[in-house]
Amino acid sequence: MGLRKKNVLPGFGLSLGYTVFYLSLVVLIPFAALFSRTAQMSFMEFWDTISSPRVVASFWLSLYTSLSAASLNAVMGLLVAWVLVRYHFPLKTLVDALVDLPFALPTAVAGISLTTLYSVNGPLGKHLARWGIEVAYTPLGIIVALTFIGLPFVVRTLQPVLEDLDVEIEEAAASLGASRMKSLLYVVFPNLLPALLTGFALSFARAFGEYGSVVFISGNMPMRTEICPLLIMTKLEQFDYIGATAIAVVMLLVSFMMLFTINLLGWWSRKRTSSAA
Amino acid sequence: MSIEVRNVTKQFGEFTALRDVSLTVPAGELVALLGPSGSGKTTLLRIIAGLETADSGAILFHGEDTTDQKLRDRKVGFVFQHYALFRHMTVFENVAFGLRVRPRRDRPGKQEIRDRVMKLLNLVQLQSLAHRYPSELSGGQRQRVALARALAVEPRVLLLDEPFGALDAKVRKELRRWLRRLHDEIHITSVFVTHDQEEALEVADRVAVMNEGRVEQEGTPEEVYHSPRTPFILNFLGNVNLFHGRMENGRAYIGNSSLELPAAAFQDNQTATVFIRPHLLDIHHQPTESGNFPAHVAHINAAGPLVRVELVSEWGDPVEVEISQDRYRFLALKENDKVFVTPKEMKVFVEDYVI
Repeated sequence: MGLRKKNVLPGFGLSLGYTVFYLSLVVLIPFAALFSRTAQMSFMEFWDTISSPRVVASFWLSLYTSLSAASLNAVMGLLVAWVLVRYHFPLKTLVDALVDLPFALPTAVAGISLTTLYSVNGPLGKHLARWGIEVAYTPLGIIVALTFIGLPFVVRTLQPVLEDLDVEIEEAAASLGASRMKSLLYVVFPNLLPALLTGFALSFARAFGEYGSVVFISGNMPMRTEICPLLIMTKLEQFDYIGATAIAVVMLLVSFMMLFTINLLGWWSRKRTSSAA
Repeated sequence: MSIEVRNVTKQFGEFTALRDVSLTVPAGELVALLGPSGSGKTTLLRIIAGLETADSGAILFHGEDTTDQKLRDRKVGFVFQHYALFRHMTVFENVAFGLRVRPRRDRPGKQEIRDRVMKLLNLVQLQSLAHRYPSELSGGQRQRVALARALAVEPRVLLLDEPFGALDAKVRKELRRWLRRLHDEIHITSVFVTHDQEEALEVADRVAVMNEGRVEQEGTPEEVYHSPRTPFILNFLGNVNLFHGRMENGRAYIGNSSLELPAAAFQDNQTATVFIRPHLLDIHHQPTESGNFPAHVAHINAAGPLVRVELVSEWGDPVEVEISQDRYRFLALKENDKVFVTPKEMKVFVEDYVI
C-alpha cells in the first residue's frame, strides 16, 4: 500500500501558485522597484531627504488628518450602518446607495465640490466663517475630504456583521437588568469591534494615500496644508525621482505598520468572539 | 410568585397572534405552553417577559400589574432557544453579567459575585468550565449556562423559550429530566414553551395547549392527555386514527360497520368524528361482538417495543394499530391478511359535544 495523496477538492496548488504570481506582479514587483530605487541613495542622502522640515511637516499632517478622518468615520459610519440595518424608513435603499457614492465619484470632483461648499464664500463655509471656523485651505478641510472618501469602508464592513448580530443578545442583556447603555457597551460593541477595526484600518489606509480630493481643498501651502502624496508629486515634477521614492518608502512602511497593528488587534478581538455561540 | 395572564390580545399587522388569552400559573409550578408553530405560544411567553407589549390585557405577577414595568425592572429570567450567550465572555462572565451591570448601590462585592456565580455553576454542573468561552461548549452545556445566567439575577419567574429545541434527541431527553429535577430543587415559578408534546407531558406540572392564538385546554398532563377537550388537542397529543361516521341507535356507523359507543348519549342521525389511538385498537382474525370493521394488513413494523401494523380499512382509509409483541406472535400476522379491527376505547366528537 503506497502513500495515497488525493484531495477531494483539488485546486490548492494551482490557486496558490496563481495567487503568488498575481500578487508579485501587481504588488510586490512595484514595491521592490520602489525599494531598489531608494537603495541608490546613500543613507545620509536618504535621511536628509526624509528629515527635511517640509517633509516631516507633510508627513505629520498626513498622519493626523488620516487618523482623525478614520476615527470620525468609525463613529459616524457605525451610526449609519446601525440605522441602515436596524430600522426601516422610507427611501432606505436610496440612502443605502448614497453610502457608496464616494467610491464612484472621481475624487477630483469630490474635492472641487467640497472646496466650493466650504470656502469662505461658499454656501456652508459662509455660515461657518461667521463662527470663525475656516474649513477650506486648512487641515480641517483635509479632514473633511478624507472623511468623505473613507465613509463607505466603515459602513460596508460593519453592515454584514450587524445583520448577523442576534437581537436576542440585547434582549438577554435587558432581561438581566442591563440598561440600554450598558447593553450596547458591554454586549453589542465587543461583537462589532473586529469589524470596526477593519473598517477603521481600510478608511485610514485610503485616507493616507488620498491625493485627488485633497489637493483642491487643502490649498497646498508648504509646512501647513501640504500632504505627503502631494509632496511626492511635487518632487516628481522637479525630476527629483529619488527624493520622491524616499518619501514613498517611508509612507509605505508607516502604512504597513499601521495596518499590521490594526489587523493584529482585529485578529485578537475576533479570536475572542469567533464561532457561533 | 404566581403569574396571571388576563385577556391578552396581540396582533402583528394582519396576523392575530393571541386572541383574548387568559391563563393562571400557580406559584412554584412548572407550566408548559404547548402548541404547533404559529399558535402564539412564544408570543405569549415574550409578553409575559416584557419583550413584547400586549395590544390589550394585562400580565400580573403575584397580583401586581406589570404592564407598565420596564423589562429590566420585571425581574424575569429568560432563556432563549438559541441560548443568546455573550460569546466574547467566558462562562463565568456570562453568569456574572446580571450582577455586574447592576447600579453601584445594588451591586454585590467582587467576592460575593464570585461565590454566587460558582454556586450557580455548581447547580448546573459546569463549575469546571467556568473559564471556557461559549464556542468551546456543546449545545447542552450552552443551554445550562443560559439557565444559570438567567437564575443569577434571582428572578421572580423563569421563562424558557423552546429550551431544548436546538438540541439532538438524546441530549434533549437528559436535559429535560435534569430541568425537572432542578425545578423540584429550587421551586421557582416557571413557564416553558415547546412544540414537543412528549416533552410537555413529561416535564410540566401543568400544560396549556395553544392553537391559533387561544389556550384550548389547561390542566395536568393526565387531564389533557386522557380527557382532551377538542379534536385538535387529541390530534396534537400523539398519533390518532380518525374516522367519519354517523350515529344511529347508540352505535357509530363507519362505512358498513357499526361500533359500540361508550355511552348512548347521542341523538340519531348526527354525523360524528371518531378518534381512536393506535394502541387502543386490537386485531382479530374473526369478527367480535362489540363491533369491529374489516381491513387488510398493508405493512408491519415489528422493530421496537410495540409492533406497528398499518392496515387499510374496507372503505379504503389507512388505519394504524399498535399491538404488543406477544399479541403479534399469537396472531401470526402477515401482509395482506384479512382481519377485523376492534376498538377498545374511542373518543367521539359531535359538533361541540365530547364523550
